[in-house]
Amino acid sequence: MKILIVGDGKLGATVTRELSREGYDVTLIDKDQNVLESTMEKYDIITVQGNGASMDILRSAGVADADLMIAVTGEDELNLLVCMTARSMNEKLHTIARLRNPEYAQQAYMMRSVFGLSLIVNPEKHAAREIERLIRYPGFLKNDTFAKGRVEIVEIRIDGDSILKNAALSSLDSIVKCKVLVCAVLRDGTSISPDGSFVLQEGDRIFVTASTENLSVLLKNLGILKKKVKRVLIAGGGRISYYLASFLQKSGISVEIIEKDHNRCVALSELLPDTTIIEGDASQTSFLDDEGFSETDALVTLTGLDELNIVISMYGNSKNIPILITKVGRYDGTELLNDLPIGSLISPKELTCTSIVRFVRAMQAGQGAAVTVHRIADGQAEALEFVADETTLHCGEPLKNVKTKDNILIACITHNMVTEIPNGESVFNKGDSVVIVCSNDKAPYSLNEIFA
Amino acid sequence: MNMKMMGRVNALILAIEAVFMVPAMLVSIGYGETGAAKAFAVTILIIVAAAGVLAEITRNPSGHFQAREGLVCVGVSWIILSVAGCLPFMFSGAIPSFVDAMFETVSGFTTTGASILKNVEIVPHGLLYWRSFTHWLGGMGVLVFMLAVVPLSGRNDGFTLHLLRAESPGPNVGKITPKMRKTAATLYIIYIVLTILNILFLLAGGMPVFDAFCIAFGTAGTGGFATRNDSLASFSPYLQNVCTVFMLLFAVNFTCYFLLLRKQWKDVLRDEELRLYLVIVGLSTLLIALNVMPQVGSFGTSVHHAAFTVASIISTTGYATLDFNKWPTFSKSIILMLMFVGACAGSTGGGIKVSRVLLLFKSLRRNIHQVLHPQKVQSIRVNGQAMNETIVSNTNEYLTAYVAIVILSFMVVSLNPGFTVESNISAVMCCFNNIGPGLDQVGPASNFSAYSDLSKITLTVDMLLGRLEIFPILVLFSRSTWKKL
Repeated sequence: MKILIVGDGKLGATVTRELSREGYDVTLIDKDQNVLESTMEKYDIITVQGNGASMDILRSAGVADADLMIAVTGEDELNLLVCMTARSMNEKLHTIARLRNPEYAQQAYMMRSVFGLSLIVNPEKHAAREIERLIRYPGFLKNDTFAKGRVEIVEIRIDGDSILKNAALSSLDSIVKCKVLVCAVLRDGTSISPDGSFVLQEGDRIFVTASTENLSVLLKNLGILKKKVKRVLIAGGGRISYYLASFLQKSGISVEIIEKDHNRCVALSELLPDTTIIEGDASQTSFLDDEGFSETDALVTLTGLDELNIVISMYGNSKNIPILITKVGRYDGTELLNDLPIGSLISPKELTCTSIVRFVRAMQAGQGAAVTVHRIADGQAEALEFVADETTLHCGEPLKNVKTKDNILIACITHNMVTEIPNGESVFNKGDSVVIVCSNDKAPYSLNEIFA
Repeated sequence: MNMKMMGRVNALILAIEAVFMVPAMLVSIGYGETGAAKAFAVTILIIVAAAGVLAEITRNPSGHFQAREGLVCVGVSWIILSVAGCLPFMFSGAIPSFVDAMFETVSGFTTTGASILKNVEIVPHGLLYWRSFTHWLGGMGVLVFMLAVVPLSGRNDGFTLHLLRAESPGPNVGKITPKMRKTAATLYIIYIVLTILNILFLLAGGMPVFDAFCIAFGTAGTGGFATRNDSLASFSPYLQNVCTVFMLLFAVNFTCYFLLLRKQWKDVLRDEELRLYLVIVGLSTLLIALNVMPQVGSFGTSVHHAAFTVASIISTTGYATLDFNKWPTFSKSIILMLMFVGACAGSTGGGIKVSRVLLLFKSLRRNIHQVLHPQKVQSIRVNGQAMNETIVSNTNEYLTAYVAIVILSFMVVSLNPGFTVESNISAVMCCFNNIGPGLDQVGPASNFSAYSDLSKITLTVDMLLGRLEIFPILVLFSRSTWKKL
């Protein structure tokens, strides 16, 4: 598949990385030759220097035989123009545009049909949704959904006082009193595929597959569901803060936003009448203390500076705030941040990249490619969701009779909206969604590849 | 410095070389040359063992690979390639001296075609085949071949660009398709198809099969090793014309062929480098033909020989139909000028490259304008597009390095007693620009065997410097390359 990407910024480079690694033919267009040069030296792609909305540039980038256009420049209007121009030159082209202005967010659905876009991505809104989920299901460092939200893989850290400490995995179901499956364990930085006799230790990070209904049971029985979140403090008043506050308000959670810029505060107070907007510098701890910092249930740091977010979150940790969520824009993917007490990390660009990659995979899904893919265990394992179809082997056979490759674990099967953590008697049939976890980098491209 | 990754690349290169040596061994067996066949068998075993050991100790390399590693990797692998490639010559006793064997092999891989063999007709067929095949492999580049056949996946697989840039000639090397593997494969497919066409045309003209293969390899790589002592002089005019056409074709930027395949005729016709190249070829042919007419005979014969010689020199091949050393000085001067210019960028030929000459003249014109209008801001345009200033300044620096090395080599070679200035300067030019025969005592009718070992080593290094465009070899001698960062 041939993909054109316009805009070699943070998001553009991340999408380029993922798509080129998956073997697609990527052509990257940007105005700045130097930026292109450094991206080209990292990934196996070709680049074109120029304005992505110019027909000449699009033609020399080969828009005529491209399958997908991804417009992720810094400007919404330019992204739209790029997609429209490209589509006028190739009717079969799919287009993805990034639109981040909240004023367009309301009309995104309408714009999609008017401009013939296949997908609109809004990183900030996406990140806000993700943060909202983390606040509503606290206790997980990270969760990824499959099967249209019916299955989740959650990451849990085994702390010193956890009831799972020193527990063997075979006894897990009786401890948490529901069906779950540990599909990967991250110990001392390496990923392990555990079996029933595996004993958990303090400091392990485990990746648990469960149906969405079972999540709260899991939380309660692990003793990490403390109390319902009532008060959330947000540092920084950017776009994510706006989306997040409006989401949280709907669930009746009280929200406070701390923002330095006066005009921005005024604007936010007009947009969010039920949210407390406080003008002040979130980097000053005395100021935070005055605002009742230590009594808040959740702290979300969303300022424009990664460093500041990290520092505020560390301060929150020292004040024992139960839920900490830290936004990082630049330092994501580095192992540097894993050991810092800054709670869950949120990276808008990685989230958006994931949804773009998911769309590309769905385009390929006609050929049996994975519908959903999440990288777990610091990228050392991948969880993939496939949909079984008529070409799938071993349909209707009990799993105990089916041999899979060593690195593959069947984590979950969803049939007719019922989710099942599989055992030896389980079967999958045509139309079922199957989530598998692959513990090395040789991820399968189709469901049939998992069988030995 | 990512030693493991470099070791791995070199192991692959050796493995590829061993595979390509097998046909040469079979040729030797086919002609009943037991000595040569044994030499090949021993060499293949040594190479496979070395590659195996190297691959074993460089398991699981990290993906970190930068521009300087690309340069060093290309430089080192060409040296390793040449050392391994010269073993059959030594083991078979055809060229017993290591310096001589290296000269011959490097001359092969760099597509120079300069030889120290006094009489090639007594050399076993297997070795002659191997000698010509090194031209073919070196022409497009062995690392490019590796990129085409071996899936080198890594976390950051963009590093392959450094290898392509370091090995492929020209000021502005880039990919033609998004995937490096497909780019390399496309280049090689074009190369292979053209080579097969060349072989068919030669066979159609009645050339013996063995000669057709060897001559076609030499033409495709723009090398110049022939199978007879008089080069191509004893072949029919038809065969010579086939060679003229194919030498010119192989000296064209391969991107042009790719554009033709994509039916972008206009882009090819508008290509400034191609136009300049054709103008130089046409004009030089005409001038030489007029100049040598009194000596050679009719206008037709003059044009025939002039065109062949011009094609042979500008494509940096080095075949000869007659001894142009006996031509008038004006013609020889044109030939010397053509040696300097060389082929198009992105072809298999050597020299400074037509595109660099184009850039240099445009840059010169801009400088003159700037003397007259000091405030004038002007970008250099090639094919209607503004050129990156880095490329322009790199081209100027390349020329500086080129001139400095040519002068230095000329001084070293001049230590050799018994050679004229004309011989020495043309010997250096011919080796550096990967042409082959020079003028006077190293002209088409003679060879390089009379030079001392020091001169031969200097010329060998010059050939490598010329083929890899100086920097991949030069960085090997820079202390900061080997320093830990």
